[in-house]
Amino acid sequence: MRITCPLCGERDRREFYYYGDAVYADRPAADAAPEAWDDYLHLRDNPAGETRDLWYHEMGCAAWIEVTRNTVTHEILATRLVAGREGKKAAAKGRGKKA
Amino acid sequence: MRYSGLRVFTEGLFGNKGWKPAWRDPEPKREYDTIIIGGGGHGLSTAYYLAKNHGLTNIAVLEKGYLGGGNVGRNTTIVRANYFLPGNQEFYSHSLKLWEGLEAELNYNVMHSQRGLINLFHSDGQRDAFARRGNAMINQGDDAELLDREGVRRHLPYLDFEQTRFPIYGGLLHRRGGTARHDAVAWGYARGADQRGVDLIQNCEVTGIDIKDGRVTGVQTTRGAIKAKKVGIIVAGRSGQVAAMAGMRLPIESHILQAFVTEGLKPVIDHVVSFGMGHFYISQSDKGGLVFGGDLDFYASYAARGNLPMVEHVMEAGMTLMPMIGKAKVLRSWGGIMDMTPDGSPIIDKTDVGGLYIDCGWNYGGFKAVPASGWCMAHLMATGESHEVARRYRLDRFATGRLLDEEGTGSQHNLH
Repeated sequence: MRITCPLCGERDRREFYYYGDAVYADRPAADAAPEAWDDYLHLRDNPAGETRDLWYHEMGCAAWIEVTRNTVTHEILATRLVAGREGKKAAAKGRGKKA
Repeated sequence: MRYSGLRVFTEGLFGNKGWKPAWRDPEPKREYDTIIIGGGGHGLSTAYYLAKNHGLTNIAVLEKGYLGGGNVGRNTTIVRANYFLPGNQEFYSHSLKLWEGLEAELNYNVMHSQRGLINLFHSDGQRDAFARRGNAMINQGDDAELLDREGVRRHLPYLDFEQTRFPIYGGLLHRRGGTARHDAVAWGYARGADQRGVDLIQNCEVTGIDIKDGRVTGVQTTRGAIKAKKVGIIVAGRSGQVAAMAGMRLPIESHILQAFVTEGLKPVIDHVVSFGMGHFYISQSDKGGLVFGGDLDFYASYAARGNLPMVEHVMEAGMTLMPMIGKAKVLRSWGGIMDMTPDGSPIIDKTDVGGLYIDCGWNYGGFKAVPASGWCMAHLMATGESHEVARRYRLDRFATGRLLDEEGTGSQHNLH
């Protein structure tokens, strides 16, 4: 598996540290209900197919990267930097409703 | 049909023409009292103990493929009771005791071999931790012996005792630990359940779970709708998808664990050897193949195959520990889909839906748990109460903070 870092280009998977589902980028507000924190920390859709997760380019540029990939085929579909991504707050609100 | 040595002998005399299928292949009925989703080790043992311990026999086990075709048919077959935390200890202790009587119980040769398991340690601190673990095991009523370096050498003379990266200080010997024949466990439970009237229905994939007024009423399958008052989800790596049919999200992320088998060799490794610092463990199967594995690939995946970096890591660890295996040829490798929980411990619990139960989150340690998991899940489904050795395996423990973090590494999805 090779992952394309938006800054460094395509690199060996070993350069990256896997952090988990991209939901980790949408931290609830400090005063959010305990259920929102359980949802954020523990509960997962765990899809067989397309998923988005966070990888850290530990042995490269140290950027946090949101990777869109297929969990069945290991195909990497898209990558982008977590920093500066749009729609972050809107996504967090939407997720709160879902919970 | 009862199996015996005499039977094997007489069948051999007459061309083995008298053997009959070990279980029926029934059509699904329209309704059962209880449905078990998943015909793997845990699902089959649950069905067996529902019938055996609780007298419930109007049960169907629904399997989307063939019986025992998932992780129970592909694993490294280690059976042990060397856990440390209260909550895990009594459960795995119970499981090992069930293993010790399993062949007589099932009238089936599961090839349970208590060849001894040695966990190596490589520093003073690690020795202290293993001494403490050993004491905990003894307090639980199981066995443990702390070996020094020379003690390890007597058991495992072929290790590289000169290597300097992880010098071998000693090991924790668990004599009752060992291996078993993975397929046979599934087949033995399947046969035992079938003999007690359980319908084992293969090629029957569950596509939906019917819920009315907060209670489960049955399931939709590729072979039609089947009603049931109680449903148990026991589907390992696929737990997330099946739970989603009931509108649930689980504290589970599915990961790959790879394992490897070499060509058959003459007996050379008598024990199960675990080299935690290298994330490597090994035993030798009865066919002679060296069976070994390492750690997770460490990313969510359903691919049932891993990536090369972990293959390389496992081979390097094996060569560090026992260079003698370097000329053995690897015949095959595979990747299993592991249902990983944030704290690395399993779940056997009710759900918020009435009559719907779940047994999942076995991480990479489900094989040894097959007997006790079935025993406790059957107890829960029959009585509505958690079995005393599985009372900590709560679905809500992540929300309440009553974690079972055996490794002590934290409760987060990428840590176990």
